[in-house]
Amino acid sequence: MTSQEIDAADVLDRVKTGVKAFDDLVMGGFPRARTTVVGGTPGSGKTVFATQFLVHGITMFGERGVLVTFEEPPRDIEANMRSFGWDLRRWREQGALAFVDASPPANDELVIGDFDLAGLLARIQHAVKTVNARRVVLDSLTQLFDHFIGEPKILRRELFHISSALKKSGLTVLMTAERNSEYGEITRHRLEEFVADNVVILRNVLQREKRRRTIEVLKMRGSHHAEGEAPFTLVANQGVVAVPLSSLRLEQQSSMVRVTSGNPAIDEMCGGGFFRDSVTLVSGATGTGKTLLVTNFLAGGVAAGEKAILFGYEESKGQLFRNASGWGVDFAKMQEDGRLKIICLYPEAQGLPDHLLTIESLVDEFRPNRIAIDSLSALERIAPDTGFREFLISLTSFIKKREIAGLCTATSKSLIGGESASEQHISTLTDSIILLRYIQEHDTMHRGLMVLKMRGSEHAKEIRRFTIDSRGMHLGEPFADAPNVFTGTDNDFTR
Amino acid sequence: MVHADKATPLVTGSVLRLYVAGNSASSRQAVQNLKRLQMLIKAEGGHVEIIDVLANPELAEKDSILATPTLCYEHSGRHRRIVGDLSDTKKILVFLGIEMKGTAA
Repeated sequence: MTSQEIDAADVLDRVKTGVKAFDDLVMGGFPRARTTVVGGTPGSGKTVFATQFLVHGITMFGERGVLVTFEEPPRDIEANMRSFGWDLRRWREQGALAFVDASPPANDELVIGDFDLAGLLARIQHAVKTVNARRVVLDSLTQLFDHFIGEPKILRRELFHISSALKKSGLTVLMTAERNSEYGEITRHRLEEFVADNVVILRNVLQREKRRRTIEVLKMRGSHHAEGEAPFTLVANQGVVAVPLSSLRLEQQSSMVRVTSGNPAIDEMCGGGFFRDSVTLVSGATGTGKTLLVTNFLAGGVAAGEKAILFGYEESKGQLFRNASGWGVDFAKMQEDGRLKIICLYPEAQGLPDHLLTIESLVDEFRPNRIAIDSLSALERIAPDTGFREFLISLTSFIKKREIAGLCTATSKSLIGGESASEQHISTLTDSIILLRYIQEHDTMHRGLMVLKMRGSEHAKEIRRFTIDSRGMHLGEPFADAPNVFTGTDNDFTR
Repeated sequence: MVHADKATPLVTGSVLRLYVAGNSASSRQAVQNLKRLQMLIKAEGGHVEIIDVLANPELAEKDSILATPTLCYEHSGRHRRIVGDLSDTKKILVFLGIEMKGTAA
């Protein structure tokens, strides 16, 4: 541990949210005995995030909580949160959770003259004492401002008072507040200015007809935090699941263990096979043999006694099985033996963060030695650029952390030569790149394969012809007069 | 005013409950003003109580009190509340629909 880390630990005790990737963003959790304002537009997930803070406190860290609800009565909250698998009622009955129902009363009410919120504070402190709470959530302050709409000055003074009183008792407080727009003032009524030590923003932005949820730590008094927006998703039975990004470091061990690509000739070109914890990109136009390489990759692993998993986003399971048997590979048998798992999903079925979580959870469940994704281009079409790049970073990093071999495919847009957008995105993130190209030689079209990049290893530089038949892929001789694989033009003609 | 025409005296069965917070300035002010109010209205039979939320937070919870001082008035199933130090007597009586002494038979 460095001296800097020791200092930080001394100064601020951390209260974990239990949302792993989020805790990483804030260097371990929210500082204890501080107030955090969680701002977001309606539907951005504030209540879920805040409730989850209490839920994880109870289920993971043995810290009890108080939920002060200004919008809905406790009964409604209990019903709403059941879809995340949280039984608030049970915890309430067990004395691990207490509600303070501050939802608007049905009574006629008149406000004249000066007042304070001692009633509210007394109730919160009473609830805290009853369950011996360490965490308090107020959801949402905006509703409180609407309730006393004519008196914003008094409310500011009183909320400051409540915030200080709770902090003095060592309580870690989350207050939610509404925002009018995704990129405007931080919160309505500018709450963050007078109560917050920390500010967290939840966003729910519509981009290219897709919702993209992000979480950003805007301010963290007396502490470092990661900057920028990190994607997250709301998952049934789990709640907020943040997708790790800037918290990722390139800390993966790179192993020198080689594994087969499933094709001895390609292994040879790569200097003895792929590295075990590396990600390889196969790029080529439609019909050049990408899915065949994937099939070989899976079959080669299974033949070597490994377990393999395939995520297909272009073809159905039936199609993949037929293709494989057309090349002499029996997927059904491998699947029966429990050595192979194939998941086919329609890219549009869910957002990219959800796709990532699907991949992660299935990999952790099946524990394969190798993984193939066919194709990244299909996934790219459902996401805005930044979202896709974030997805790729998270995916490649996950594959390496699990120390498994990864093979991804990307489709180039033009038939001959050319680069696809995914190639540009992914080329820096993958360890190896294999190009499959149509190459025109005089009046016939050939297929060519080359290893463009192989991180940490020598590799063959030539472009090899290959053919495909009922037994799979066969590599032939290199092209004699080096066609240009990037433009697709035959050098004979350009000279 | 809307409530003026259906004004009724403070009668048996009605409850005036004032929630205060300890000895704060606005709470002391409200208690004084409530006393003045009681003298103005026909308070025969009506029940008046003062509750300190600091001493009895569970009562504040039961009545969903956020702000102090809050005056709750319950009469024949109707609930009304006034938040604040009760300085404007006339406005309060109109809102609660209570007659002042001598204004009606």
